[in-house]
Amino acid sequence: MSIELGTEAPFFELPGVDGYDHSLDEYRDATLLALVQSCNHCPYVLAWEDRLMAVAHDYAHQGVRVVALNSNDVSRYPEDSFERMKERAGQRAFPFDYLFDEDQAIAHALGAEHTPEVFLFDEERKLRYHGAIDDSRDDNAVTRSYLREAIEALLAGDQPPVTETDPVGCTVKWK
Amino acid sequence: MIELFFWEGCPSHPEAKSLIEQILGELGRDDEVVMTEVTSDEEAERLRFPGSPTIRIDGRDVDPVGANARPALTCRIYYLPDGRVSPIPSRDQLEAALR
Repeated sequence: MSIELGTEAPFFELPGVDGYDHSLDEYRDATLLALVQSCNHCPYVLAWEDRLMAVAHDYAHQGVRVVALNSNDVSRYPEDSFERMKERAGQRAFPFDYLFDEDQAIAHALGAEHTPEVFLFDEERKLRYHGAIDDSRDDNAVTRSYLREAIEALLAGDQPPVTETDPVGCTVKWK
Repeated sequence: MIELFFWEGCPSHPEAKSLIEQILGELGRDDEVVMTEVTSDEEAERLRFPGSPTIRIDGRDVDPVGANARPALTCRIYYLPDGRVSPIPSRDQLEAALR
């Protein structure tokens, strides 16, 4: 069960593929913070990857930060190991931090169930949108860009037009 | 014989089955799609199941390249003709295999 709208972002301090540890406090200046449950091996994550990168790129100048989190059990899904995360991020030149939640504490704290799954927090780090990036894994079939719409609304001081959707994708691989 | 092997942990098999049935309908065929659930690593190994969904027509995988991936309970990756990643085969790939 994922956290409810209005819930504060859980604290984390996790290693990133850039070789540094990253904590929630580090993003204190971000106008919005999107934590995205992710991984390497899931075709749904890969299908949405370009669109997530575009969101991170397009709103960076407005202080929006996107942070991808991989919490999967690497003993059963070795493609999701920290080393493979570094490779993936390097190959794709991710414009966002990609953090390894090895003990799955943040996935549990968020109540994440899928990859990809978005948790968008406002400036006070309250959850304002939770769910899918948009309404289709096929970028040619997208009619609603939920994450973009929520970001635009919050940056304008408004309520996101849609606050919760069902994330479609792989399951988080629990230990 | 059309076989669709799936793992319940991946949500793609209903979409794959629906697409197969749609193509069969367009081809004027009423073949049954035989669904087989894979529930354990041992079964995945025994069935040479590289991920969900895996579709075989008369024993031949519709994506022979991907068929060689390590057997696992996972969502299978397919590549569309334009290089994009998809959790199910492309319509073209399925049509070619079903003709």
